[in-house]
Amino acid sequence: MDIQLFIQNVADQFDELNVELTPETNFRKVEGWTSLVALLVITMVDEEYGIVLPPEEMRKTNTIQELFDLVASKQ
Amino acid sequence: MHNPFALIGKTILVTGASSGIGRTIAIECSKLGADIILTGRNESRLQETLSQLKEGQHKYIVADITIEEDIITIVEQLPTLTGCVHSAGILGLVPIQAITKAKINEFEQINLHAPILLTKQLLKRKKLAKNSSVVFISSAAGVYRVSTANALYAVTKSGLDAFMRSAALELASKNIRFNSVNPAMIETEALSNIPISEEQKNANLAQYPIKRYGKPEEVAYATIYLLSDASAWTTGTEIKLDGGLTLS
Repeated sequence: MDIQLFIQNVADQFDELNVELTPETNFRKVEGWTSLVALLVITMVDEEYGIVLPPEEMRKTNTIQELFDLVASKQ
Repeated sequence: MHNPFALIGKTILVTGASSGIGRTIAIECSKLGADIILTGRNESRLQETLSQLKEGQHKYIVADITIEEDIITIVEQLPTLTGCVHSAGILGLVPIQAITKAKINEFEQINLHAPILLTKQLLKRKKLAKNSSVVFISSAAGVYRVSTANALYAVTKSGLDAFMRSAALELASKNIRFNSVNPAMIETEALSNIPISEEQKNANLAQYPIKRYGKPEEVAYATIYLLSDASAWTTGTEIKLDGGLTLS
């Protein structure tokens, strides 16, 4: 898994982004993050990586790196 | 004791009986004297439901009702029914821009195609007795309201509602009744698979004038009314169970 590509895939789920996402970004604090974007990220992970993220595990992640690691651990 | 809601002498098929609302309906119907035929995909979970039924002539048939051949296999094994409860279904949040053909198919096959095709086979093979009652477990979603990321579910439930009323009209001359129970949020294990935070859940709960979600038993009691002879003149009707959600 390529983290840069993963970051781009996450970024694509936002309507518009005023900041650049990095592995250290707390995505929950990014302006524009909503429950709908969260659902879009879950769908993206399913479609791009073939992983169905359990909601309770996703809830424990805050940074892009943590989310990336969670997806990677399921592959 | 006089009980117009008793189900003694009735034989009732319940789909989706391996968990959640379907399981509770089967259990509650057995308590009122019905013989139950359970169907679902998972044998060990069906056995678990069977073990919780009150005494009677109950059995289960393992089948996947999204497969038409499985529907035919179920129907061929059935005795004549006096009731049928379509409870198998899926829910899930899919934002519109995340909709795929595969997702549409998944929702439609379980929530819409299966109950329609099962109804067709029950009629074609004359498995529904005169005066029998068919109940669809529908939803408040799609019929009374919609909500974000719930379009696919809402579409299937409003479709099911239209089918229920169509069947009620078409089969009224045979005195076979079709109705639905339309609940808002019910506490089941399926609900825990929906990715919402505790705060979102609390905000959602605050929309309910009666400050809680529904219980599976409450769906079962409405279903029992529709299955019983107490509702003999009721057909083509939805019973809304929503804790007052859609009042405002």
